[in-house]
Amino acid sequence: MNERITERLKLPDSVVQKYGRFGWPLGLAGVALVIVGAFLSWSYDPDVLGDLSLNLYPGGLQILAIIIALVSLALLLIVRGPLKPRFGPWVDAALGLRAAGTWLLIYMALIVAGISAEAGGLINVNPGGWVALLGALLLFAGSRLIAPSAELRDLSEAKVPSSLEILVIAVMMAAILFGAAYALGREDAWSFVLFLVFAGGLIAIGVRTGFVTWFGHSSIRNRKVLTLAAFVVAFFFPFTQGGSDANMSIATQVLIFAATAMGLNIVVGLAGLLDLGYVAFLGAGAYVAAMLSNSAFATIDWKPPFVVVMLCGAGVAATLGLIIGSPTLRVSGDYLAIVTLGFGEIFRLSMFNLDGTNGPLLTNGPNGIPAIPDLEIGSFNFGDTHEVLGIELARFSNYYFLLLALLAFVILVFTRLNNSRIGRGWVAIREDEKAAEAMGVNTFGLKLLAFAVGAFLAGLAGTIKAHQDVAVSPDQYIFLESAFLLAAIVLGGMGTVAGVLLGATILKLLPEKLRFFSEYRLLFFGLLLVLMMRFRPEGLVASRRRQLEFHEEDEELAVAVESELAEEVGK
Amino acid sequence: MTVTDVVRDRTPESGGAPVLEATGVTMRFGGLVAVNNVSLQVVEGEILGLIGPNGAGKTTFFNCLTGMYKPTGGEVRFMGTPLPPKPRAVVRAGMARTFQNIRLFGNMTALENVMVGRYCRTSSAAVTSVLRGPKFRREEAATRQRAQELLDFVGLGRTAEHLARNLSYGDQRRLEIARALATDPQLLLLDEPTAGMNPQETDQAKDLVFKIRDSGIAVVVIEHDMRFIFNLCDRVLCLVRGETLVEGTPGEVQSDPRVIEAYIGTGGDDDNGPADGAAEEDRS
Repeated sequence: MNERITERLKLPDSVVQKYGRFGWPLGLAGVALVIVGAFLSWSYDPDVLGDLSLNLYPGGLQILAIIIALVSLALLLIVRGPLKPRFGPWVDAALGLRAAGTWLLIYMALIVAGISAEAGGLINVNPGGWVALLGALLLFAGSRLIAPSAELRDLSEAKVPSSLEILVIAVMMAAILFGAAYALGREDAWSFVLFLVFAGGLIAIGVRTGFVTWFGHSSIRNRKVLTLAAFVVAFFFPFTQGGSDANMSIATQVLIFAATAMGLNIVVGLAGLLDLGYVAFLGAGAYVAAMLSNSAFATIDWKPPFVVVMLCGAGVAATLGLIIGSPTLRVSGDYLAIVTLGFGEIFRLSMFNLDGTNGPLLTNGPNGIPAIPDLEIGSFNFGDTHEVLGIELARFSNYYFLLLALLAFVILVFTRLNNSRIGRGWVAIREDEKAAEAMGVNTFGLKLLAFAVGAFLAGLAGTIKAHQDVAVSPDQYIFLESAFLLAAIVLGGMGTVAGVLLGATILKLLPEKLRFFSEYRLLFFGLLLVLMMRFRPEGLVASRRRQLEFHEEDEELAVAVESELAEEVGK
Repeated sequence: MTVTDVVRDRTPESGGAPVLEATGVTMRFGGLVAVNNVSLQVVEGEILGLIGPNGAGKTTFFNCLTGMYKPTGGEVRFMGTPLPPKPRAVVRAGMARTFQNIRLFGNMTALENVMVGRYCRTSSAAVTSVLRGPKFRREEAATRQRAQELLDFVGLGRTAEHLARNLSYGDQRRLEIARALATDPQLLLLDEPTAGMNPQETDQAKDLVFKIRDSGIAVVVIEHDMRFIFNLCDRVLCLVRGETLVEGTPGEVQSDPRVIEAYIGTGGDDDNGPADGAAEEDRS
């Protein structure tokens, strides 16, 4: 894969031979121009894309350009310069520079396009913008003339002190926290998209230079540190928002979505069962919580402590899972998908019709159950604003912490089940169900268990969701939601934790920040999935085993997976 | 035939305790009778060979024994109790098998494959797996250790961390045997264990089967390699068109003209005809 893309981007050999010696100076000149340009004014109008109109005082987007330029400078110095002896054999600087050139060019072109679109015409682009664009062009051209790095050594052999590895993990996590807070702070769509391009550029550089591979290895070695750091970062996220509830609302949506997707990941990713009606289990939990919430519209006049509500909601969902699973899990593949699809619709229509006229009064039919009071655990009311360390944490921040704990629990269940007798049984079923059965694996029971555990976790998430959303109604639990959950898993990478979290974040965050394209979001996501299936069927973050299933012929990959599994076992 | 001499005393006539008793097993697929009224007895510590031309119904018979198929007639008793026609129950009872076309879990490591075989002898449930108490950790460690022992036993100890699909053909066959042994069987059914092996590997396979027998596990082998079968087995059963043609010591079967005829044919009619010939006879 790597090789194929390199081939495509390569200039003819004759050109590289003839003008290759200009590559490095061209690149350096490009980097210098971008940095100089970033200190000049980009835009005549101070009101577009943040303020980019001042000389010698770079605005946010200009700083992003400087960051990419500095990374490129470091890569140039690895190709030829003082950093070469230390990093030369390990870092694929030439490929990294190509990625940097391409993405910086896209970035600057979008800046120019953005300024002219927002302010009305190219006339509003100040010289600094043109200088930086020219710099990006030079870097783009120069990077293509630099000969590819020869004789790279295998990154898994790289010996780095583990304290440094942990430091890198910490820095990466801090960067993610900072990046997430920054991205959520972008109000206008242009700035947000430009930030995404910037992030995409950094990731592309990381992939091409081999940094991502190395980081992958080191995070396997320091898995506990990585997990801890990720949760610390997630924990401190609300403190970066300065009491703003708007972004925290989005963040809680993302967490609920991620926790639910993680539960579905057990069913789809581990046991390999296609469930198209999964959102019904989320709905079951939410409805149970709503009915037991003492809302003015609740149909049951009983309000137990929330822990009991959670268990009730999850229990009801799990029971539904068992009821729907026991007859249908004997069929497989396509049939199961259709049956679960039908089950999802049955759930929605039942909630729609249990309104006292068509059936017993349970759900108020299409009106649902509104005015659900905020959660109260002990004396802690989730609706109030609390002050911690001088920072005000409002309603959504409170729910955020609760949901974070839930997500941690779901991930714990997922990983521990995955690495156990049960998980091995699931993988065996996915690989060859007949052989698994002949080796004594209780295939039906295990599939049913996957269904029940998945439903249980979704039910848990649902009970919190009801309180956070203040209302439940049947139209929140339509088929499209199930499809989105599934899309998050497929996009991120089936059977992985990091991938599904990433997929869920992308699918929930993008529509929230890019309101203008909400009409086209289905088109966009459809296109995204088609492209993913074509170019990276294993998802953004691939479980190595899964990756193998999609690339049967790739022997190198198979050997790589072996060494990784061995590393994990060695832990 | 030194081997036959040594183990002569293990035949049913000598009164070894029977492990598996199949009586009158019949398997019909619609009008086609794949296995017709086959009876078989395997006693403790015995190696029984099952031979026959292609399409004679050997694998179908295996499938009937292991619960993959529910036989249309006859009874299979294991250690004196009737076997339910469910693969999982059969494995639990103590009868494990390998497959003619290797069916390993290709994207799992060799060790993980064998650990899956331990599934039915371990009991950690979902809640235990999440809580990870001392019992879980003990069982997990024991599973891992037993799996490693079995890999060492079949000679794959050094390839424990290799993916099953990356192993050589012969090693995959041995891994299947290790996986089957992980279920603690009293009887092991091997479906063409030497198919695709070179003579040297076949020799190793023979030694492995002896080693398994010596550890107290009875073995039934389907095989086309006659030299392998006659060197290995205490008794041989020859199936033709779904019916028992001959049963006896390797020497008897080897010299039986009907066996030679079944394999080579008389030069007359449908020599290698599949089981549908038998079906027609049966109906008349």
